[in-house]
Amino acid sequence: MISLHGLTKEFPGGVRAVDALDLEIADGEFFALLGPSGCGKTTLLRTIAGLETPTSGRIVIGSADVTGLAPGRRDVAMVFQDYALYPHMDVTANIAYPLRIKKVPRAEREAKAAETASRLSLSELLARRPAQLSGGQQQRVALARAIACHPKAFLFDEPLSNLDARMRLEARTFLKRLQRELAVTTVFVTHDQGEALAMADRIAVMSAGRIMQVGTPSEVFQRPANTFVASFIGSTPMNLLPGVVKDGTLRVAGAALPLAPGLADGDEIVYGLRPEYMDLSASARDDAFAGQVSVVENLGTSFLVTLETTSDSGDHLVQAVVPEDAEPAPGTSAWAVPRHPRALVYRDGELVVA
Amino acid sequence: MTVQDRTAEGPPAVKVETDRVRHAVAVIGRATFLAVAGGFFALPLLWLATAPFDLHPTITTSVPEFTLRNFRALLDNPYVLSSLGNSVLQAAASAALVVILAALAAYALSRVRIPGRDALLYVLLLLSSVVTGTAAMVPIFELATRLNLIDTHLGVVLTLSGGLLPAAIFILKDFMDGTPTSYEESARVFGASPLQILRHIVVPVIRPGLATIAVWSVASVWGSFLTPFILLRDPAKAPGAVILYTLYTEGGSPRLDLISTFSLLYSLPVVLMYVFVSRRYGFRFHGGIKR
Repeated sequence: MISLHGLTKEFPGGVRAVDALDLEIADGEFFALLGPSGCGKTTLLRTIAGLETPTSGRIVIGSADVTGLAPGRRDVAMVFQDYALYPHMDVTANIAYPLRIKKVPRAEREAKAAETASRLSLSELLARRPAQLSGGQQQRVALARAIACHPKAFLFDEPLSNLDARMRLEARTFLKRLQRELAVTTVFVTHDQGEALAMADRIAVMSAGRIMQVGTPSEVFQRPANTFVASFIGSTPMNLLPGVVKDGTLRVAGAALPLAPGLADGDEIVYGLRPEYMDLSASARDDAFAGQVSVVENLGTSFLVTLETTSDSGDHLVQAVVPEDAEPAPGTSAWAVPRHPRALVYRDGELVVA
Repeated sequence: MTVQDRTAEGPPAVKVETDRVRHAVAVIGRATFLAVAGGFFALPLLWLATAPFDLHPTITTSVPEFTLRNFRALLDNPYVLSSLGNSVLQAAASAALVVILAALAAYALSRVRIPGRDALLYVLLLLSSVVTGTAAMVPIFELATRLNLIDTHLGVVLTLSGGLLPAAIFILKDFMDGTPTSYEESARVFGASPLQILRHIVVPVIRPGLATIAVWSVASVWGSFLTPFILLRDPAKAPGAVILYTLYTEGGSPRLDLISTFSLLYSLPVVLMYVFVSRRYGFRFHGGIKR
């Protein structure tokens, strides 16, 4: 278990990369730190590893407070974004390096390295240097090196960012299976929401050194706690439209929508709905967003349609995902019909809970 | 071509003919120039190869009347062999000192952020040419006298190393900057101590840089004349470069037979070192360093 209490990291010059952060990561959990670049997620990971000293707060790994301990005494293993394989050592020596530091006899550590390598199907490559390996193989060697030292926790910094797109999908599945088999607490950093949703048991979405939401991928995807998470999660950006409560209905971009509980007349709100939960109608309706089709993007098995709407509250873009063969022609009029149960209403940037 | 098109008048056949002549003249001219320039630099080296084996060497290069007598005469000089030993001692000690100190300083300067770091490096680099330069010889002599370093190998080694260090630090810092810090950080997470990181990771990764610095230091010390000439009194401690200066007759005219032979003998070790290090380590600046 890893728990952080009021953790703050302030860099010289007053930049707060991590700001009074509290977090509990359970034993054996695959945990993602997700956020845009510069949100402090890598600094947080490096602070857990001990490569950065926190300005204040405590870090507990297992039952021990490791806040003041050197990185080498925290019993964690880190895989770096560039893998940091030593270029002058072959694969065996690289994997066995943590054991060499622990003064394990040569024969024993080479046997251990060979065993770990065979588990990651690297047996053929033991005598090679890192420069002679492909990106995916380098990543597996870096993982093997981390596994060989049997740590209490793994820390992965952007583990998939140095792989090409196809390899990334394979490595995603591979990493998730490996983590499940090893059942070792793992924290990984990513800026790719798809990666976090696909791999993690739980996700912490970060912005400006703070945690915006912690939850399972489904929770974070289906009920984003605030407009930041709502706009950050999802491969097609969520529709976030300003509106107001008036006469018992929601008035959003020219549409009159049924009122959700917990709202009072006159409340200024933001109406959120993913394009995937928006249906397109060719005939006029009151409970739909009317507009002109401006752009139609092909997503493969579906199409992303962008409507330009005009209403009293200004011009807005509304997006909907329609199945293939049902896409409208650009320039025609269309009505985007929201599926109400999926709609989210935000007041002051926070989700209004019924 | 446009110039020729305008100037070459008359039927096309004549034009082709003049073009061909011009081309030939240009080729001949270029070859002659290269031969003269090449010869200008090659002749002294050729002299170094022939004069030691010539019975009556002059300052011109000629086909030698072959003899090995010059080598015997040279070895009869009591200081020649010991001077080679002195050169080896001073060069090796300076190179070791420069490599060790420059590596430590470059590592620290590359990894630790201190204000004015780059300014410090440039000032050092600027001053380094002063330290072993002619202008500083009087103060250096004065300093060495007060420290009782006159007529000692240590005095020569310290002075020469001091002159080489700034440039060595500058070059090695560049090497260090090009090495990702994640190498060291990953070793730290595995629990390696700073000295282990230096020994296991940093030194092997920047080894081509260290080899370059070592060879460059040896070659510089091997060829330096002024510092040992001024700081050493006892000819038994003088390096080869100083002894070469003593190979004159009582009348003051140069003993060309001894000078040429000693020059050949004295330049061979440096050439061999270049070949050896280039084979063993290679001066190529790659080997897994990610740029």
